[in-house]
Amino acid sequence: MMDSSVKIINEWDIVAARQLGRNVAKELGFGTVDQARITTAISELARNIYLYAGQGEITIEKIENEAKKGIIIISRDAGPGISDLRKVMEDGFSTSGGLGAGLPGVKRLMDEFSIESDPRKGTLIQSVKWLR
Amino acid sequence: MNMRIPILKLHDCLLVSIQWELDDQTALQFQEDLLHKIHETSARGVVIDFTSIDFIDSFIAKVLGDVISMSRLMGAKVVITGIQPAVAITLIELGIHLEEVITALDLEKGLEKLQRELGD
Repeated sequence: MMDSSVKIINEWDIVAARQLGRNVAKELGFGTVDQARITTAISELARNIYLYAGQGEITIEKIENEAKKGIIIISRDAGPGISDLRKVMEDGFSTSGGLGAGLPGVKRLMDEFSIESDPRKGTLIQSVKWLR
Repeated sequence: MNMRIPILKLHDCLLVSIQWELDDQTALQFQEDLLHKIHETSARGVVIDFTSIDFIDSFIAKVLGDVISMSRLMGAKVVITGIQPAVAITLIELGIHLEEVITALDLEKGLEKLQRELGD
């Protein structure tokens, strides 16, 4: 039984989260390009937790509906939350001096993307990639 | 678990092949090691090969872009080789273009390009 969650506390946990993601993506039968997309998306989400929230958790699960199978990445933290969601979804916006690829990049890499953030509760991001 | 990336000297060039997935610390250590090696050897050019790498995230891309600019400041040109199709696709989708970077399909072509850039 594979553990499908990785607690993100330090930089090594970012590596663990993306390795788990790549394994699940491979098992599901995603091709190399989608594996790279999924791995990269997980890396960005895990790094956001590490940089902005201090700690949190990445959960990776297989999902299925009537028509298709896919992978869902859930990023959860109890950090300070994001005060301006619209701004954070703009390309080039970054508060950490990074490349600003962050969340808009993750949205482009994945098929579905949703974000909820509350300054008192933290941030929950869910994104899905469907198997084609 | 902090591993160092070997940097090889070949005439007046340095040769680096990234063989495993980069974590943050290894990437930052590599940045420092490469600059020291350029200084030590008076290398004029560097080829960094990514053939074995199957993904690059925004952090690694930033460290890479930075080390290329830093090398340029020191007087060394850097050529990136062996970027896999999946890596090229995800980098552009992420919004990372690394536009001013000299690239080549593989190590061999990278070395040729470097020699031309250096005017030999």
